[in-house]
Amino acid sequence: MMKILIKNGHLIDVKAGLKGIYDILIEEGKIKEISEKIDETNVDLIDAKGKYVFPGFVDAHCHLRDPGYEYKEDIESGTKSAAAGGFTSIACMPNTNPVADNQSVISYIRNKAKRDGVVNVYPIGAITKGLNGEELAEIGELKFAGAVAVSDDGKPVKSSSLMKKALLYASMFDITVISHCEDLDLVDEGVMNEGYQSTILGLKGVPSAAEEIMVAREIILSEYTNVPVHIAHVSTELSVDLIRYAKRRGVKVTAETCPHYFSLTEDACEGFNTLAKVNPPLRTRKDVEAVIQGLADGTIDIIATDHAPHHVDEKNVEFNIAANGFVGFETAFSLANTYLIKPGHLTYEQLIEKMCVNPSKILGLNKGTIEVGMPADITIVDPDEEYTVNVNEFKSKSKNSPFDGFKLTGSVYYTIVDGKIIVREKVLLV
Amino acid sequence: MNFKNKDLLGLKDLTAEEIMLILDTAKTMKYILTSNNKKTPHLQGKSVVTLFYENSTRTRLSFELASKYLGASSANINSSVSSVQKGETLIDTGKTIDAMGADVIIIRHPMSGAPHLLAKNVKASVINAGDGMNEHPTQALLDMFTIIDKKGTLKGLKVAILGDIYHSRVARSNIWGMTKLGAEVSVAGPSTLIPLGIEKLGVKVFNTIQEALIDADVVMGLRIQKERQKKGLFPTIREYAHFFGLDEKRLKMAKDDAILLHPGPVNRGIELSTSVIDSDQSFINEQVTNGVAIRMALLYLLTRKGGNDENIN
Repeated sequence: MMKILIKNGHLIDVKAGLKGIYDILIEEGKIKEISEKIDETNVDLIDAKGKYVFPGFVDAHCHLRDPGYEYKEDIESGTKSAAAGGFTSIACMPNTNPVADNQSVISYIRNKAKRDGVVNVYPIGAITKGLNGEELAEIGELKFAGAVAVSDDGKPVKSSSLMKKALLYASMFDITVISHCEDLDLVDEGVMNEGYQSTILGLKGVPSAAEEIMVAREIILSEYTNVPVHIAHVSTELSVDLIRYAKRRGVKVTAETCPHYFSLTEDACEGFNTLAKVNPPLRTRKDVEAVIQGLADGTIDIIATDHAPHHVDEKNVEFNIAANGFVGFETAFSLANTYLIKPGHLTYEQLIEKMCVNPSKILGLNKGTIEVGMPADITIVDPDEEYTVNVNEFKSKSKNSPFDGFKLTGSVYYTIVDGKIIVREKVLLV
Repeated sequence: MNFKNKDLLGLKDLTAEEIMLILDTAKTMKYILTSNNKKTPHLQGKSVVTLFYENSTRTRLSFELASKYLGASSANINSSVSSVQKGETLIDTGKTIDAMGADVIIIRHPMSGAPHLLAKNVKASVINAGDGMNEHPTQALLDMFTIIDKKGTLKGLKVAILGDIYHSRVARSNIWGMTKLGAEVSVAGPSTLIPLGIEKLGVKVFNTIQEALIDADVVMGLRIQKERQKKGLFPTIREYAHFFGLDEKRLKMAKDDAILLHPGPVNRGIELSTSVIDSDQSFINEQVTNGVAIRMALLYLLTRKGGNDENIN
């Protein structure tokens, strides 16, 4: 394996405390040396002048659809899409078919990822059998098989009593519980945010309260049991406020949001645009501002993609029956760069925390930093390059993005996983 | 003036001028409709298909007669809601109808936005005959036609729309259309049946029908679906009628010459008392006649694509 030398890049590594122009030498897949100047011949040289060098992005929340829904995505296409977006490690949700509620599905995902995957894949197991919210899945066995967290993502654990037991039981194995917060009674038949847009489109609305009530419940259960809980895809102002309050109280709650919750509002649904249908739904301007504020002040720990591929036929139907969700890997960095960094809401250091350090910490992964001796997972970006999103260029099998045609700033130039260059000069090599 | 739109999906998308063009054309159509020989050749050689995914008697019949009076060939397709999710997609169904040479497809669908999806995918003109809770533009047009017929104009008129605003596509279309033509619209109903943000459409919102009725020129009752009670939106039909039913005494709060409208079918004794339904102020049956005229006007305007800028007389 040829050595790789990254020269003249602007390195930002929060965990290692590095910021500035550094050269990085990679040997045998690992970081060999980080210094202000490294001269080494017989290397694969990457000139990173004018570019930022980050730890590879870590996604705490995605859907690879494998096994069961390979027509939407599979581990190969999903990890290629992730690499194209600068992600070197991704955690995939268990709502596959069969559901990842047992060791064999977790093993299948890990084995297939080893064979076909181009980035590190960490499966998340189910909290309850079949995601039915009735009986706990074998959480201990899931952990043993390699699950890094448990979640019934896509569905809430409806019973407060069962959620309390899930937290207590999971704590025994030191495995993170990720909650999809949604009060299904309040959601009822809702298909988009309840508000002005749902009123003028004549679509049934999902009240923001449906999310917030569940966020409050999880916080209360976390405080009561003294067990950490991680809140998935936060989308509303009050959810942010509740989490901020809980953190101040010392509750072990962490939270994530997704790029679409800091860049889009319910207005994107205008004209019955099914490409803007997602769960939780796109909210209002004040919610977007609160999510940004929550990211800025540390209330929200993680930016996750919730990469949710769907076949074109599942979106090209009536709004009511259209599938929820967006593909997200390939726009995540550009959206964060465009909507958070460029307007000055977040620094790159904060972005690295939210896309590298915190997801690693919360999922218990030894990732998210560039340190000597560690596997070389590195992403190099051009922070100022402007481009127009074209979904047809996505590496994902699916093209369901509401951002097609958006002008964004910031491109991923290199993705290096375990010292192997997967993306070179924006071209996927695998 | 020509009607430039390919489709009629909702009044949200129309200008006041476009609405007036439809209403003016309907005047001529009403003349034909009420004459001795209800047959004109304006749609000769055109075909009209009604594609209904919801039960309907009056709207469907109204469209069918309208197309027959104009000389079009017409055909009906009935599709149940369950087949929407299991069987052929709406787009595929639409393309099939398109391929058979339909000039106009009239669609009613339980899901908001279905006509918009269809319209984007077919060459035929699409008329929305009611989609979910979104719009029922031909109903609103016939309501406005009836009002202008009686009052001369909508400008400056006070209109009170009473009942289940949340689920009502009739209310939404009327709010879009009437506010564009300069009416002052008030809505009143149980607070559980008033949609969020409706006031941003320029309407006043009341929780008692009395407040909405004061000095009203036009009173429009809406049908209350009895099954809403089971969803917990109001406690009983009895209490609903008690607070939101319109009777003679309450109707007196409106102007003396106020007219009463209802899209039908009416729940007698619930949203409207029998005495007001059958009173001189009620124009519910005339609305039905006007509905045919409006639908004739739309079929005429939408199939005249590429023709000269001529008006029929």
